[in-house]
Amino acid sequence: MTLREVKEILDAEVFVGHDQLEKEVKTAFGADLMSDVLAFAKEGSLLLTGLTNPQIVRTSDVLDISAIIIVRGKRPLPETTQLAEELHIPILGTKYILFETAGRLYAKGIVGCVEKVGEKRDFS
Amino acid sequence: MISHETVIYENSFLIEGNSFENAGHISTEVKALLKRLKLPKEIVRRAAIVAYEAEMNICSYAERGTIILRVMPKQIFIEAIDEGRGIADIELAMQEGYSTATEKIWRMGFGAGMGLANMKRFSDFFSITSEIGKGTHIRMIIRID
Repeated sequence: MTLREVKEILDAEVFVGHDQLEKEVKTAFGADLMSDVLAFAKEGSLLLTGLTNPQIVRTSDVLDISAIIIVRGKRPLPETTQLAEELHIPILGTKYILFETAGRLYAKGIVGCVEKVGEKRDFS
Repeated sequence: MISHETVIYENSFLIEGNSFENAGHISTEVKALLKRLKLPKEIVRRAAIVAYEAEMNICSYAERGTIILRVMPKQIFIEAIDEGRGIADIELAMQEGYSTATEKIWRMGFGAGMGLANMKRFSDFFSITSEIGKGTHIRMIIRID
């Protein structure tokens, strides 16, 4: 689905990336621990998080995350927005809690970027 | 002819410790550099992940540190050398979930006790030495082929 559809499903506000809403997304990862995101998230996924600091953008840049969805009605810090604009990473915000956000996206076909944490290293 | 020992690119980056103001910007730079060298995407990604974890560790725990990046035809070397308190029990520190982080670090989304484990997970070679009261030295290699 496109980021525009994600925005509709989550009744989301676009903080950064109005021009990138046609981007296609298929998978997502949700966490507030960036090291867990680094360990398990895959390229092209959505990042669902309750954090608002610039590290969510740094982490997304390192991993080629397609867009950040900030949950629980929080807003990105000004320095986060600025960095996301520099690095061309969209940030959306939704008032849904993480559980609802994930559930609503899953119901519409977005799946986890990994299903279970496996023992095998998978770089695909 | 380019030999396997040829250094294609080398640079070192100074990192201020005990500060999150610029945390992560070295890794963003490392990633951009490696991208420009036209290395495979997955290699760039893994190098960026380990550099980022190393950088966040210096920002979180050390007084100051340096990250050295050396690109050769068959491998990328990433070294992180810091001046700081050092790690008393490396085996314990390597365990996923073990952390000595403060609340300030948690608020950044770090301190989950995954940093060293992630560096090992995403590199092909990983070694760590540390001296209490002096600092920590991490060496990593990511193979290019």
